[in-house]
This record gives sequence, C-alpha cells and structure tokens, in this order.
Amino acid sequence: MQLAVNIVVLASIYALIACGYVLIYRVSRVLNLAHGELMMLGAYLLLAVASTFVFNAVTAIAAALVLSLAVGVLVYVFLMRKMTGEMVLAAILTTIALGIFLRGLIVIIWSAQQQYPGQALALANPAIVLPGGGRISMFAALLVIATAVVYGALFIFLRFGRWGVRMRAAGQSPLLAAQRGINLHSVYALAWGLSTLTGSLAGMLIALDSGLTGTMVIIGLKAFPAALVGGLDSLVGALVGALIIAAAEISLIHYVDPLLSDVVPFLVLIVMLVFRPWGLFGTREELDRV
Amino acid sequence: MSRRLPRASGYFRTDYVQEQRLLQTRLERVSAVVFGLALIGFPFVASPFQIDLASQVFLASVGALSLMLLTGYAGQISLGHAGLLAAGAFTAGILFKEFGTPFWITLPTAALVGGLLGVVFGLPSLRLRGLYLAVSTLALHFVVVYVGGEYETKRGYSTGIVIDPPSIAGFEIVSPRVWYFVLLAAALLTLLGCINLLRSRTGRAWRAIQSHETVAEALGISISGYKLLAFVISSAITAVAGALFAYYRGFVSIEAFSLFLTIQYVAMIIIGGMGSLLGALLGALFVTIFPYVIESVLGALPGADRYAGVLFAVNYAAFGLVMILFLVFEPLGLVGIWRRIQSWFLLWPFKHRPISGSGR
Repeated sequence: MQLAVNIVVLASIYALIACGYVLIYRVSRVLNLAHGELMMLGAYLLLAVASTFVFNAVTAIAAALVLSLAVGVLVYVFLMRKMTGEMVLAAILTTIALGIFLRGLIVIIWSAQQQYPGQALALANPAIVLPGGGRISMFAALLVIATAVVYGALFIFLRFGRWGVRMRAAGQSPLLAAQRGINLHSVYALAWGLSTLTGSLAGMLIALDSGLTGTMVIIGLKAFPAALVGGLDSLVGALVGALIIAAAEISLIHYVDPLLSDVVPFLVLIVMLVFRPWGLFGTREELDRV
Repeated sequence: MSRRLPRASGYFRTDYVQEQRLLQTRLERVSAVVFGLALIGFPFVASPFQIDLASQVFLASVGALSLMLLTGYAGQISLGHAGLLAAGAFTAGILFKEFGTPFWITLPTAALVGGLLGVVFGLPSLRLRGLYLAVSTLALHFVVVYVGGEYETKRGYSTGIVIDPPSIAGFEIVSPRVWYFVLLAAALLTLLGCINLLRSRTGRAWRAIQSHETVAEALGISISGYKLLAFVISSAITAVAGALFAYYRGFVSIEAFSLFLTIQYVAMIIIGGMGSLLGALLGALFVTIFPYVIESVLGALPGADRYAGVLFAVNYAAFGLVMILFLVFEPLGLVGIWRRIQSWFLLWPFKHRPISGSGR
C-alpha cells in the first residue's frame, strides 16, 4: 500500500514537471533542459516572497506563481526568441547554458544551504493516514491534487481556450499559424510562461514538503525521461510516462538497490529510444522534423 | 578548413607533395617553429601553477578535439562525453587497482573500452537524429556514471581510487614538467591524427553525412558504418584522455565526471567554433582558463573574502552567461572572430571579399 502511495506521489511530481517540457516542445519544438533550474527558481521565489511579506501561505504561493510566470515570459523574450530558427543543438545548448547560469545565480543569492520555505510560512506538514494503511504527507497529497488540477486545466485550455487553440496551431505548423494572424512570439512566450509556472508549482510543493537545496535540479532532470517516454508532444503521454518511470523507479529502489534511483529513469528512456523513439503517444513524424 | 582563403597573393601548388604538406608557406613553417619552441620553453620559465594549467589545457584539448570530430565534422551530437572520460579513467583505475597493470597496457585498454562504448553510444544514432540522439547519449552518460559509482561503493573505494604515477623503464612520471611534455605530446598526436583523418576518405565521408545524409548515401557512403566509426574513434580518444586524466591526477572519483563536465566539453567546441580543429583548441584553452580568470578577477575586487564562499557559484553563473553570449552573438565562436581579423588584414584596404573568382 505504502509502495502504491509512493508511486502515485512520485508520478505526480514527474507528471507536473514533465508537462512543462511537453508544453514548450509541443508549441515551439525546443527542448528546455533548463526546466529543472527554472523549477528550482520558482521554489526559491516562494522562499523570497515568504521571507519578505508573510501574509499567508496562499497569497505567498500565488505571488510566487505570478513571478515565475513572468520569469518564463522574460526568458523567452530576452533569450529564446533570438534562438528561433537556429540549429536544434544551439537551442538545446542555450537552455543548458541558461540552466548553469541560473544554478550559479541561485546559490549566489540564496546560498547553497538547505532551506525550509514551510517554516518561513509557518506551515505544518502533518502526515495523513489513508484508508488501507498508507501514509502521505499533507503537501504530497496537495501535490497529487495540484497535478490533477493542472492537467485538467491544461486539457480544457488547449481544447477550448482561444489561446490554447492558437498554441496547438502554432505547434502544428508555425508558418500557417502565422499566416492566419496568430502572433507566434506571444504564443511561444505564453508557452514558456505556463511551463515555468507549472514547473514552479511542482518546485514549491516539493520544497514545502521536503526542504529546498540545489539538488532539486536532479528531480527536474529525471522528469524529462517521463516526458520523452510518453511522447514529447503529448500531455496524456507525459502522465502515462510519469507513471511508468515512477513505478519502475520506486519498485527497483524497493526491491533491488537504492543507488539505482538516479539511473532508472534514464534506463527506461534508453529502452524507449531503441524501440519507439517518438514515445508512447507522440507523433511519429517528429523524428524527421527535428 | 583554414585553407579556405590560402593567401591573399595566391598560392599555386604544382604537385601532390605540395598539396599534402601540412604547413604550406614559409610564414606557416616559421610561425609553427616559433610556436613549438615557445611550447617547449614554457615549462622552464613558468611557475608550477602555470605548468599545471597548461597541462590541463592539453588534456582538455584531446577531449575537445575528439568531440569536435564527432559533432563538428560528423554532425552527431553527443552529451555523453563525461561518461566516456569516466569510462577511460575507471578502466585505468580498475586495471591498476585489481591487476596492477602498467600504463602501456591500461592506455590501449582504455581506448578499447572507449571504442566499445562508442559502438553502444553510436547505435542510437543509426535511428535517431538531433535532439533524440543528444538525449540518448545523455542517458548513457548517467548509466556509465552509475556503473562507476557502483564499482566504487561495492569495492569500498567510496572516496575514490588512488593510482600510482605511471613509470617507463623504471622512470616514474611525477614531476609537473615531465607531465607537461607527456600531455603536450598527447595533444599534438591527437591533433595530427585528427587533421590527417579529416583530409582522408573518412573525413570527407563524415562531412558529407553532416551536410546531407541522403545525398551522402547516394554518393555510396555507408551512413551507418561511418557514423559508428565517428563514435568509435571519438570515444576511444576520449577514453584515452580520461585515462591520462586519471594518471595525471593520480586519483579517480566518479564525482569528477558530472554532467557539468560534459557541458564544459560541449561549451569548448561551441565557444571555440563548430567545425574547426583550431576552434577545439581555442575552446579548450578558453574553458580551462576561464574559472581561474574569474577567480583572480573576484580576488581583485574589493571585499574579496565576501565572495570566497560563493566562488563556484560565481563561476557557474559567469560560465553560463559566457556560453549564452557566444551562442546568441557569436555562433561561429572564437574561430569566427579569428577569421574575421584575418580577412580584415588580408583584404585591407577593402572591406569585402570579391563575390566570385576568389580562387576557392
């Protein structure tokens, strides 16, 4: 039972992070390897907001989310916009460079010590006993709920929202979308903003649950195989991929060797790349477009 | 390559021997000799710290050259080079620790292991391109690092493996000055090998694959064979660099082979300039020296001790920033700047090259 709970929690962590990769990739065909760092930045923004004005937890989180949305948009406007139309490698490397830059910046500003935004906001993190004997901490439960809400909202937004339709159109064919009068730059900026926002939400909840250090980046990086296993341009795929990766990781840690934790997602990724590189739910033509 | 604009006055070769010379004009020969003498003289005037720095540059050059072969010429992206360095270093470390093998056995073995790993790293490239290839090599990096870490913990070397300095005929290579020459020789050999490889059939095949796979195949080039070959050669050289690194440091630990190291190597070829061996060398120089420059700049600033604790963070941030600046503003890298200076002088007093008939 506990094992199942752990899998669900880890899967929702991965899923919440992975949807950021998917959003950006689906809309602009850029793989954002700075996503882990952006997510961590979001968590630190919560810390900054919490330490400057402690109104209450909800206001602080909302303020930090707005800030992270702004960060995502700014990253696009000032950096990634210049990389449109460049080589795939150049765009990936730009995001990697951005990640390194952010990692250094975060340590310069907030130091490398472990921080507890939960304490700064004076929030307790009680364990909840579920029917069936599993235990789950409050913020982990919140994380599962948040993942469900975010995915629900994204589905509705992408299917019915005016901007959601524009985003899908831009992803399918930038040229035609632009000719129909869709402002590609604002669509891309929105994708970056939303992706950073969801990533930051994940980062904040993880930080509230278990503290905040620079090692959070690794979680962000491990969520990436989840996105790819599911198919980089599919949100459903990200959910399924997250579940697969989380199940594989938790059960291998439990039954085989805890040291495997960091490598399992990538092993699954390799297997996937060999047999079905475009992922479970991805579009097959992807491969040649890259 | 650099022969794109031979000399402003025109240089006409009359036989094949001239065509095959590495250094074609007298200026090139003279400057090569001067540069060579400077390299040989350097360790006798420099401080031990500077010698160590130069040795690091040579070591990085070997890795950067091999990555340049793969990415800059064959067009295959690899984000797993730290894993290959780790494989070489661990081959040396394990062979030494378990069997006490001398280094003339471990180095070729490292190359062999690297080559085999190159096949593994290269296999995805037969089906994947661009992004997905980068990702698969990235994943393999984590696997190699995991295996290395596993070995360390299982055998009880959790802090790392200590390796004795290599010895040739009873003479141990310990002094930094000797190491300087060993690593210089390694870098030179790699450079010569790369130059000659690139102007042979193999190099031409790689460039054809990079430019257009379908056309290359139509020309009769075996795409999968040459792709794998690129991975194998590049990985073998990288693994040897890793083994040399292990001997040079006298110590192997998996901590040294993080993802950041991979990124540093990729940064070397980006900052240096894609598709140029000179670029790989310049990039290796730049990236190796960069942290020390940052350190001394920070040390010169007022309140130096205030930054001491966050030095590595400043390094990270500055490194990321420089990489971004190069990617956005100077995608051709240091070589691009160098070429621009060169052609400015060659074309003076004109600003632009004539459109046709420039003898290319």
